Amino acid sequence: MTVQRLVEKLGHLLVVLFGTSVLTFAMTLATPGDPVTVMLGDQRASPEQIASLRHDMGLDLPVISRFGAFLWHAVHGDFGRSFFHRRPVLDVILERLPATIELTVAATLIALAIGIPLGLFAGIRRNGVVDRLASLGSLVGVSVPGFWLALLLMLAFSVSLHLLPVSGRTGYGGEPPAVTHLLLVDSLIAGRPDAFVEALRHLALPALTLALPMAAVLMRVTRGAVIEVMKADYVTFAEAKGLSRPRILGLHVLKNALAPAINVAAIEIGVLLGGNMIVETIFGWPGLGRLVVEAIFSRNYPLVQAAVLLYAVTFVILNFIADALQGALNPRLRA
Amino acid sequence: MSAVTADAGLASPSRLAWRSFRRDSTALISCVIIVIACAIAILAPFIMPHDPADADLLRRLQPPGWMEGGEWAYPLGCDQLGRDILSRLIAGARISLGVGFAVVAASTAIGLGLGVLAGTARGALDAVISRFADILLGFPYLVFAIGLMGMMGPGLDNIVLTLVLKEWVVPFRIARGETLGVSRLDYVEAARAVGASRLAIMRGEILPNILSPVLVVATIRVAHVIIMEASLSFLGLGVQPPAASWGSMVADGREFLADGWWVSTAPGLAILIVVLAINLAGQGLREAFDPRLA
Repeated sequence: MTVQRLVEKLGHLLVVLFGTSVLTFAMTLATPGDPVTVMLGDQRASPEQIASLRHDMGLDLPVISRFGAFLWHAVHGDFGRSFFHRRPVLDVILERLPATIELTVAATLIALAIGIPLGLFAGIRRNGVVDRLASLGSLVGVSVPGFWLALLLMLAFSVSLHLLPVSGRTGYGGEPPAVTHLLLVDSLIAGRPDAFVEALRHLALPALTLALPMAAVLMRVTRGAVIEVMKADYVTFAEAKGLSRPRILGLHVLKNALAPAINVAAIEIGVLLGGNMIVETIFGWPGLGRLVVEAIFSRNYPLVQAAVLLYAVTFVILNFIADALQGALNPRLRA
Repeated sequence: MSAVTADAGLASPSRLAWRSFRRDSTALISCVIIVIACAIAILAPFIMPHDPADADLLRRLQPPGWMEGGEWAYPLGCDQLGRDILSRLIAGARISLGVGFAVVAASTAIGLGLGVLAGTARGALDAVISRFADILLGFPYLVFAIGLMGMMGPGLDNIVLTLVLKEWVVPFRIARGETLGVSRLDYVEAARAVGASRLAIMRGEILPNILSPVLVVATIRVAHVIIMEASLSFLGLGVQPPAASWGSMVADGREFLADGWWVSTAPGLAILIVVLAINLAGQGLREAFDPRLA
């Protein structure tokens, strides 16, 4: 990527990030009525208490200064206080973040491990048995609603077969000492195989629920890219000059077919971030997604706002990185 | 082969596309399934065997007709309040399909209009609309929908509003891209040269030539929107009880997986069948109408 191109892309990134925060802020304006009255709900509050909460939330200021304050504070990591938890919103979010990161990373790895090899294989042996089965499977995979898949897996592996736990992140055996707050990593550091297995058993179903639809999309994209690349002139040329098939596949096909898969993977991680909210709610996974859903129902607006912004910023940056990676893999796209 | 070549001289591209679509049996079967589902949704009040809101605790979690303890008057069994699942499924079809088609129709109209406008006007107007679209794309779909629904509160109107706000970007980007491509072609130049107004060019020259890729993608998007509505309803942000949507029906059965697996299974299967049919039909349309995309 040339310097000029990079500066241009960074400029675009900043515009989008700024716009994202404007839009996230604007969402709060969509709350029906006065957020403070809604938040206080049935609790009896004196007019002074209401006024003080309004002041704390900055609702007594004009919209423009409220947005200025929101942006200024957000850049400094201050998203206000969670009325419900009586603690700063950022603390509550950071506490739940590791569980969500662990789940998202696990799901992404499973999806990549299933989707890409299957897509490569199906594309190379087009119309073979594997291709037909995988194509059918991926079609079902992109059509199945995630929340229903979660219940089916739960019904099969937990309710009927009693193989895996229904919910939660760990058993009663006690968590390993927190170092990274990722249970799998922490139990390895602590040298506790029992805790590792327990964490893995809890992680399996939610991660699989998120991974299967993502694997389906990755498989389709990789397969399509392989078929496209195999038709390209340079592959025909490589065949004509007598390169062995494994060499052709390794040299040309793999590299060129992976570029679109990377881009789609970044978009699909965005889908995972949304899917997290549903899957974490179903499996009682103590992560950010479940926190947001709980926050919606307890009308904890500052928390919802902060989480939405965090998700969006993560997604925008992921796409930026994927874009750069794709440019590095495929020089033609740099133009 | 020779027959196809002979046809090509007589038939328009869209007629040729329909011809190839009709040979695609998977896509045709999918279309039949979609038509049946729509008919069920439209005729719902006349074909529901029972009142979908009629609760009877004596029939609580009654199994489907073919199982022991079930009766054929309630073929798919009853839910945790003893309501007939088949009737609720039929009533829910109205909401799930209705939201799907309404959101995509509104989004396509908005996206198409803005896309053609941005593509022909270019300059500042294009930059503003396109940046706004980029910003909306910065939100993961479900995060945006759940966030905005969380602020606005649950309800069917809010779901439609939220999804249209996010969905119009998809047809917009396609329409804008196609418009930019078509604008460079000779016949648009010719129309411009003979002094046709901008509106006349947009309506007469550009719109008819960009319509098919936009409509093909719109069909597939119906599937996506149906899943989004179901996801929001599953979380309790959609239609409020006792009204049924397929998503909220799956949620109803969540607590009763062990004693009544059929409560969640039937509505989930309904979503899967309809979404699968739409995806297959959309794929067929795409291959027939826009071989570049296939």
